[in-house]
Amino acid sequence: MNNWSWEIFLEAFPYVLEGIGITIGLTIACYLFALIFGFIWTFVRRIPVKPVRWVILWIMEFIRSTPPLVQLFFIYYAWPMVPGIGMTLSPFTSAVLGLGIHYSTYIGEVYRSGIDGVDKGQWEASRALNFSTRQKWTKIILPQAIPPTIPMLGNYLIIMFKEVPLASTIGVVGILQMANNFGAENWRYLEPLTIVAILFLVLSYPSAILINKLERKMNRRFDKKTPTGSKPISKANAPG
Amino acid sequence: MTEPIVMYKDVHKSFGDVSVLRGIDLDIKPGEKVAVIGPSGSGKTTIIRMLMTLEQPTSGSIIVDGKNLWQMEKGGQLVPANEKHLREVRGDIGMVFQHFNLFPHMTILENCMTAPVQVKKEDKATAKKHSIEMLEKVGLGDKLDNYPSQLSGGQKQRVAMARALVMRPKIMLFDEVTSALDPELVGEVLEVIRDIAKEGEMAMVLVTHEMDFALDVADRVLFLDNGVIAEQGPPSQVLEHSENERLQSFLHRFRK
Repeated sequence: MNNWSWEIFLEAFPYVLEGIGITIGLTIACYLFALIFGFIWTFVRRIPVKPVRWVILWIMEFIRSTPPLVQLFFIYYAWPMVPGIGMTLSPFTSAVLGLGIHYSTYIGEVYRSGIDGVDKGQWEASRALNFSTRQKWTKIILPQAIPPTIPMLGNYLIIMFKEVPLASTIGVVGILQMANNFGAENWRYLEPLTIVAILFLVLSYPSAILINKLERKMNRRFDKKTPTGSKPISKANAPG
Repeated sequence: MTEPIVMYKDVHKSFGDVSVLRGIDLDIKPGEKVAVIGPSGSGKTTIIRMLMTLEQPTSGSIIVDGKNLWQMEKGGQLVPANEKHLREVRGDIGMVFQHFNLFPHMTILENCMTAPVQVKKEDKATAKKHSIEMLEKVGLGDKLDNYPSQLSGGQKQRVAMARALVMRPKIMLFDEVTSALDPELVGEVLEVIRDIAKEGEMAMVLVTHEMDFALDVADRVLFLDNGVIAEQGPPSQVLEHSENERLQSFLHRFRK
């Protein structure tokens, strides 16, 4: 009875697949949240007031040192009971906040490493040409700081995707929860959970390849030491 | 007599415990070409970096076109300048760096166009036209769509000059602009500076190790030693007839 059954597999597949929208949607929502919130960390860390920086660093350290699962439980179960500011959030929103904030602290670090990698001369040239602070960041610093971080940011997308099943613990019904439900109803776990594994593989692996491609494309555009060959030169020399 | 466009008044600068400039008084007239020479570590680069607002003086003041650069008035008191004030006052100053500092993510043309469009709010077509003219003037009209990484050091430095020039500064600062270049590329860069200098209107401060060039281009040469201006005057006098011993031994090392 516990043997692999293709029949069950085929039956479970559409069932489990129903959760894919939630799984992908939650991944994207968490990731976008983390990308945006990461910027906030990066910039508040640069506030030139020491006590403020210490507080921010401490908060970031605290968030990173606490398991995301604990944070999820806190936001979903404990937050509504906090007097004054507490409120009840839907499982999906809780998951976006929890995973988003957790990973934003890592992504903030990634941004910071990118910004630190920009040559000091670029800041000086921006001053010499009298760019405003905003222009300096949007036209000069970030366009150079972000491309090198794309592989790291991409890795975090894949890590995030693999962390999203955590949200099933607070009732977000993604593919893992669907497989569980199927298992509970039919007393068959092997096939649905195999499907979950396959789905994760099928989505993670192409993403990794895609990110790799994007990275190479970015590096070409913001070419570093090596000239990109004859193409741009011949274009420049072409008449017109 | 014309008002100086830049005035240094008893300017001091220390980095930590190290005192680099120890009382600089200097007036620069509009259009004047000043060459700054001196041993390394004498503070010559610091002088122009303070004018570009890349370093803050420890004490003293710098007046640009009648405006105090590093201090501003607030409620009847002088307070350290904020970014907005610095931005207003340094608008007429341009700088060319030793290491070019071109924007690697932009083409040559974009390197030149961006500041006029963003900072001076010129319309794109005008900025593009001026940038192309300027790049042609420095001999790089055929490289508009190339990226900096595709150019030689001398070409990069000429782009950097075009980029600074399209902003039409009243004061241009040159920070050892040939020091990072291979010897055979120095000439092309100096040639461009000579051309710019001939046009006359712009004041120029050149920190340099090229003595012949200083002699040729400058109206006045400053010899900086130990954080003070040890000697100054017309180039022929400073470079050929000075009796300052430190200056003579410094020049001697160059002529060997």
